[in-house]
Amino acid sequence: MKRALKLGIAALLAACGSMPAVEHHFASEADLLEIQAVLKRDLRVRGSATLARLDADAVQQACNLNGNAPPEPLVKTLEAQQMAAINFPAGSLIGDWKRGESIAQSGRGMQWNDGPKDVAGGSCYNCHQLAPQEASYGTLGPSLLGFGKLRGNSAETQKYAYGRIYNSKAYNLCSQMPRLGHSGTLDEQQIKDLVALLLDPDSPVNK
Amino acid sequence: MRAPILFLLLISLANGGFAQDVKKEIEKYQQMVADSSPVELFELQGEILWAKRQGPNNASLEQCDLGLGAGVLKGAYAQLPRWFKDADRVMDLEARLLHCMGTLQGRSREEASKRVFGNEDQPSEMEYLSAFVASQSRGAAMAPGQAHAKERAAYALGQKLFFFRAGPWDFSCASCHGEEGKRIRMQELPVLSSPAAARPVVATWPAYRVSNSQFKTMQWRINDCFRQMRMPEPAYTSDLTIAIATYLTVNGKGEPYRGPGTKR
Ligand code: HEC
Ligand code: HEC
Repeated sequence: MKRALKLGIAALLAACGSMPAVEHHFASEADLLEIQAVLKRDLRVRGSATLARLDADAVQQACNLNGNAPPEPLVKTLEAQQMAAINFPAGSLIGDWKRGESIAQSGRGMQWNDGPKDVAGGSCYNCHQLAPQEASYGTLGPSLLGFGKLRGNSAETQKYAYGRIYNSKAYNLCSQMPRLGHSGTLDEQQIKDLVALLLDPDSPVNK
Repeated sequence: MRAPILFLLLISLANGGFAQDVKKEIEKYQQMVADSSPVELFELQGEILWAKRQGPNNASLEQCDLGLGAGVLKGAYAQLPRWFKDADRVMDLEARLLHCMGTLQGRSREEASKRVFGNEDQPSEMEYLSAFVASQSRGAAMAPGQAHAKERAAYALGQKLFFFRAGPWDFSCASCHGEEGKRIRMQELPVLSSPAAARPVVATWPAYRVSNSQFKTMQWRINDCFRQMRMPEPAYTSDLTIAIATYLTVNGKGEPYRGPGTKR
């Protein structure tokens, strides 16, 4: 009953026009327990993809229970926790944009068919437009073409770009962008190289 | 099969010349491949395997009951997944074929499912059989079972799974298939929770994939999306995969089956 009501409200909001028509699904605690049990029963370890990956953290739990829109106080608390867990390095966060470009291109990392020696990438082009030369880009995320031209490359902007890549959920709790640093997919140098791709005036993103 | 097509592509590229023409040329190439899609060859090979005597019982699959009675092929695929009394389980095509390989041919589940996903050089028995059985439903409206409680439970579970976010990259199916008009790279992402988008999808699987010259089944499609989600691998024809297949197929119900399709 409660869930049907919430679904109805989500549909209404979507119908009102200002929001894109995305169907939200509010799982109950019981639903989550059921799903966890089914996944634990029917998924198999393969390569690096172990069953430990099924343990939900507080962010996933909050987003699953609330149709990706948890109540504001919970959002604030959890975003602050995610932010506090980001390891911001000292000094300049701008690495080498050329290396950043190849990290942005690569969709490797954390899949069961990625070998232990495969270097992970960020899958950025899967979801974002970046350098104008790359015509094969996805649209799940906003275009980042001209990102540094628009935002400059002040210390504050560097920190924002670094943090976004490290843990997008610190800025938007139920963001559809993976937490690439937090999850251990990308390391500090890789993220700096990606910050360079976004912010370096010489990067093709800003040409 | 592939060599002449590649040759044609090279010729047309050489004639076309410039880089901006490449995308158009690739589209033309894909159209050409679709026109001469090898799907029919898979169907024919599947028909041979359907009638082939195999296993400890030296029996064929011709008496397999796909839901409409022993040996009835016409329209059977379009009514899957559905609940089967003899197994007391909801089954999709692949689960049912495995079941018949056991009951009719006497084959162990382990042996029959050892190599279900083939490759370019060697497609799998399951891929050939799926092509054949599905082809026998062309024109029939997709009508998966939703009368039995277990069928409705499979749909409800599939729906919950579709929206459930998990794993190191926090993905659910809806992360990629949840919003109208989105793409991963150049691949368009159907919103599979919406009937309008689900209908053409379920009406065209299983399918031949031009990008890697392979014939693929729905079990493979679900498996490969779990890989992209950075999740562990779903067991073949597990209740988890069948719940998802049920959810997708019911969302797309009513669409006349026109597969096996040809995809990117
Ligand atoms: C699965 C899709 C996905 C992937 C992969 C992804 N992003 Fe995102 N990204 C998004 C979405 C969606 C947003 C929109 C904001 C939100 O939901 O948090 C976003 C937002 C951003 C923003 C903030 C934009 C702004 O205007 O403030 C930056 C910067 C960014 N992404 C960079 C990257 C980089 C660099 C990579 C590769 C390491 C990457 N993203 C990978 C989906 C993705
Ligand atoms: C990270 C993004 C991503 C996630 C998450 C994802 N998919 Fe996909 N899915 C894709 C892409 C990309 C394609 C298209 C592949 C292609 O064209 O080769 C696709 C294709 C499909 C198709 C075939 C569509 C067609 O047009 O024939 C189905 C069905 C599907 N996905 C189901 C699922 C299900 C079910 C889940 C959750 C278990 C899921 N996907 C999760 C990216 C994703």
